[in-house]
Amino acid sequence: MSETPPFTIESFYKFVTEGKLMAAKCSKCETVLLPPRPVCTKCLSTDFRWVELERKGKLLSYTVIHVSPVQFQSMAPYTVGIVELKAGPHLPGMIRGVEPEKIRVGMDLRVDFDTSIQTQWPLWPRYFFRPP
Amino acid sequence: MLIGKPLVSIVSAGLSKFGRLDGMYGREIFAEAAKEAFERCPNLDPAKDVEALFVGQMGESYEHQGHTGPTLADWTGLLPKPAMRLESACASSGVALRIGIFAVLSGMHDIVLVGGVEKMTHRTTAEVTEFLAMASDFPFEQWHGITFPGLYALMATAHIHKYGTTEEQMAMVAVKNHNNGVLNPKAHMQKVVTLEKVMSSRVIAWPLKLYDCSLITDGASCLILTRPDLAKKFTDTPVHIVGSGQASDAIGIYEREELTTMKAGKLAGQEAYKMAGVEPKDLDIAEVHDCFTIAEIIAYEDLGLCKPGKGGSLVEEGVTMLDGEIPVNTSGGLKSKGHPVGATGTAQAYEIYLQLTGQAERRQVSGAEVALSHNVGGSGATAAVHIYRKG
Repeated sequence: MSETPPFTIESFYKFVTEGKLMAAKCSKCETVLLPPRPVCTKCLSTDFRWVELERKGKLLSYTVIHVSPVQFQSMAPYTVGIVELKAGPHLPGMIRGVEPEKIRVGMDLRVDFDTSIQTQWPLWPRYFFRPP
Repeated sequence: MLIGKPLVSIVSAGLSKFGRLDGMYGREIFAEAAKEAFERCPNLDPAKDVEALFVGQMGESYEHQGHTGPTLADWTGLLPKPAMRLESACASSGVALRIGIFAVLSGMHDIVLVGGVEKMTHRTTAEVTEFLAMASDFPFEQWHGITFPGLYALMATAHIHKYGTTEEQMAMVAVKNHNNGVLNPKAHMQKVVTLEKVMSSRVIAWPLKLYDCSLITDGASCLILTRPDLAKKFTDTPVHIVGSGQASDAIGIYEREELTTMKAGKLAGQEAYKMAGVEPKDLDIAEVHDCFTIAEIIAYEDLGLCKPGKGGSLVEEGVTMLDGEIPVNTSGGLKSKGHPVGATGTAQAYEIYLQLTGQAERRQVSGAEVALSHNVGGSGATAAVHIYRKG
């Protein structure tokens, strides 16, 4: 049996490289933690297991970024939002494949992965959201 | 218990000009603020009497300069007094003020200088956007291209969706604060803006437009704090700080319980009100953290000036205008006075000092005796609230 990856942000992004949306589940109170953390925010337990999350969620809020930081200038304007995953955690990220005018709070979105960048910290591959 | 008692007294205050201060280093701008504070207080011998300096400053990146505490002590003539820089993003000097209160209350120091500074305008907008974003979560927010205005835009979209707040109501915050800023000779942008001008300005992060955003500004601010029983030695008109609250929340806004409120601001407010023995209805004026127009609307709600969801109506009804029931951001706020991030917390306190001592000139609110300042760090992971009473 392979060793369990540590419950770190880097491990989360390494799973993204493999096309997996993974979170830490507290073995004591079953809270799903994303980002993973060294200690459970609910019960302070340090005992976790990795669980793969369903890639479905609903859009909680969004914005269209027109003025971006230097490294994102070629992409602007782009849309970002916060998605409430079916498993509970909220995740922020870019929304692709839908016109900004057609985006609505509450719409269904799916997590997808952009694994074109195969690099190491702090240059992780990215996940993003798209319509199902 | 500390309820209702003065924690410390402000015996003087200083503010540099806010704006684009070409050719000046942050330390020189801070010296300008300190000079005003010292000159206002002739009974104080700074080199002898000031025992420590606590100063807020957000970023080393702007001037490629760290270790700001002793640098500012040097440039204000306070060497070899202990000096410390505190970083809590845009709440840096609100937190420095609180640390100054701790220092005096503890008995370690009788007189301290607290303040803040930031030099920003020599950088490009893209650079400043990037530096400010450092106050947000790196691996999940910055990494996915979410900017600082973007985070407040996410709150705005949620507020619009949940409560029906309108872009016009947000724009009214800008119009009001610019009207006040025109009356403040130290404000960065002393210019009236119309609702149409705000609404038609270019989009920064939808639904936030250029005039929904506070300004990139150079500036510094400071206060001289002492024990309440020593205050009369230095001035006949001290301002007492009677309540101080601070709270923290998740660095990423995606982890917050609600996007339409800032829990840290709410909790810091509750703590400060309780300590002061004051209720929202007792306030004569408030300076709140309007880094974006939506932030002022949320601040009204978090501080109990109105019910959740009613912040948009509050500004629309004129309640928070200079001649309203509770004038908010008489200084022009971050929106018109400017937002040199590290300087903002004690710049809010500076405005309150002027108002409660009758020195606010054309924007003076007559009879103001009880006031509140609300300083938010980043997208709300820090908030510091203070309550003041005329001495």
